[in-house]
Amino acid sequence: MHVEVRGLNKHFGDFHAVKDVHFGIEKGHLIGLLGPSGGGKTSILRMLAGLETPDSGEIRFHGELVNALPPQERGIGFVFQNYALFKHMTVFDNIAFGLKVKKTPKSQIKDRVMELVELTGLAGFEKRYPQQLSGGQRQRVAFARALAPEPQLLLLDEPFAAIDAKIRQELRSWLRELIERVGITSIFVTHDQDEAIEVADEIMIINQGRLEQKGTPWDIYKEPKTPFVATFIGESTVVENARELKGFEEAAGGSGTRALIRPEYIEVGGPDEFRVLSATEEGIVRHLHFRGSEWMVEVEVGSHKLMTYRSLEKDTLQPGQPVRVLVHRAYLFNDERSWIEENRLKVDPMPVII
Amino acid sequence: MKKLWITLTYLVFFLLLIAPLGKMVMGAFEGGLGGLGDALARPEALHALMMTGLIVVTVTVLNTLLGMMMAIYLVRGSWMSGGLRRFLNSIVDLPYAVSPVIGGLMIVLLLGPGSAVGAFFEDIGFKIVYAFPGMVIATLFVTFPLMVREVMPVLQEIGAQQEEAASTLGAYGWTTFWKVTWPSIRWAVIYGIVLTVARSLGEFGAVLVVSGNIINRTQTATTLVYQDVENFNVISANSVALVLAAFSVSLLLLMEWAKKRREVR
Ligand SMILES: Nc1ncnc2c1ncn2[C@@H]1O[C@H](COP(=O)(O)OP(=O)(O)OP(=O)(O)O)[C@@H](O)[C@H]1O
Ligand SMILES: [Mg+2]
Repeated sequence: MHVEVRGLNKHFGDFHAVKDVHFGIEKGHLIGLLGPSGGGKTSILRMLAGLETPDSGEIRFHGELVNALPPQERGIGFVFQNYALFKHMTVFDNIAFGLKVKKTPKSQIKDRVMELVELTGLAGFEKRYPQQLSGGQRQRVAFARALAPEPQLLLLDEPFAAIDAKIRQELRSWLRELIERVGITSIFVTHDQDEAIEVADEIMIINQGRLEQKGTPWDIYKEPKTPFVATFIGESTVVENARELKGFEEAAGGSGTRALIRPEYIEVGGPDEFRVLSATEEGIVRHLHFRGSEWMVEVEVGSHKLMTYRSLEKDTLQPGQPVRVLVHRAYLFNDERSWIEENRLKVDPMPVII
Repeated sequence: MKKLWITLTYLVFFLLLIAPLGKMVMGAFEGGLGGLGDALARPEALHALMMTGLIVVTVTVLNTLLGMMMAIYLVRGSWMSGGLRRFLNSIVDLPYAVSPVIGGLMIVLLLGPGSAVGAFFEDIGFKIVYAFPGMVIATLFVTFPLMVREVMPVLQEIGAQQEEAASTLGAYGWTTFWKVTWPSIRWAVIYGIVLTVARSLGEFGAVLVVSGNIINRTQTATTLVYQDVENFNVISANSVALVLAAFSVSLLLLMEWAKKRREVR
């Protein structure tokens, strides 16, 4: 279903929890709501579900205003963070609940429930009670229960938060596939950016009640619109005075411009590893950490500590070793604006042809 | 030292509970089984037991409904302001703090023939104080916290999420209550009912003040025992008391059973 939100606001007492949020979601898309704790993600989800009343703003499904509709009438499925399964009902009755409420004929209920039980890999568990299931199985029941009445919009509040890393990975791709197969518009909240980047068609970054940016994972990674988004997504080091970075002196302009540098923007190595040596700076390797598939290198350049990765294929560096450091690009920002800047020295003004 | 304490505990237990109970049983059978029968067959005794029975049934029904409603409003009523909820929450405990006699007196002052409300009802021919309705109100006052305080913690513990889940699945208030909330609070409610029955069975002070203890009219089992004792009618007093005690013991057993069920849930 097509979802449209305009000027959404919510206060809890004096606390302004959701601030003037606008967004639109296309039919069939899977959206990840990402942001720090207390940012207002759950509040937004609950307002979409009708479990919380907005102070102001419009929520439209299919272009129709639903603000006045109770949760029962909105045609949504909600998966709660701790699943909120009906603990005195069996798996079967949990999944059948929404259909029974709608007075669906018995035989039809049975077919639909069995279909979902198959789909969620819960066959054989129909007669169990929620206490007799593992976390991952409960999660699937919650999922099947929400899907049973064929909602048009699926809302998931940190669906994998209580599940260990490995099963989480499995469930994640399983969810992605399932949602694609059912073709249902979905919004899920997560704390885990890898999860959001991996699963979502689009990500919305929520911070302190505001929607900071909405876009595909790649767009957000490549072109963060605000310093918050830049620091929140991916790894990065912030350099307080961008002018001190070689190749960014002009671009940084006056003082007060800061630079945010991701590990993958930086290259370290011996002088022979660089084509344009004049663009590099001298640095000293401070620490090396083995990260399974590569080295994480902490290098000191002047008064800055930068962080980067280095392939295991290249010569192994030693702590204390002097190296050359090339900063390919940086995300610069000051009080007025923020932008991506390439290293200006990298393009050799007088290429020497060997 | 430890032995001494244990002995002392048993002694106190014996002196306070077993001895009087034994004395009461013996007293009831002083005139043989016939004496007990005669004492209970007195019209005033039968009437008093009937009164008590009626009050217990009425109060239990009312208190169960009101108490459950109150508990749900106090825990889930987000439409009430926090201040109002806190105020009501402390009001619930009032009967614990106020002596039942004072409670009864408050009802007499508020609803008695001397008050505007009481006078109004008297005019339309509906007597509250010194009649059945007043006695029900007084007993209700005394028993009110029992149900609320049993159900509230359970509601808090289960949280609102199961109910919210039910509402997103299309269930409205009543369905949600029966299918989702009720199975969780069921044993707490049963426990509350047992407590309410026990309390209203034995209530004395508030009822005494409100009823006026009019023989064959507003006299209950407890106030009859009181009157029999006053009149040195020991066998009668013990007989009625024995009936009450028998009920209490069975309630106690029921309560144990309910408590166990509530724990396993
Ligand atoms: N019912 C409520 N009463 C008062 N304050 C609330 C209530 N619900 C949420 N808040 C506040 O609103 C803010 C946003 O809460 P919300 O639950 O939406 O955050 P969140 O982004 O989901 O956080 P998390 O990632 O930790 O779940 C928080 O500061 C929270 O304390
Ligand atoms: Mg949350």
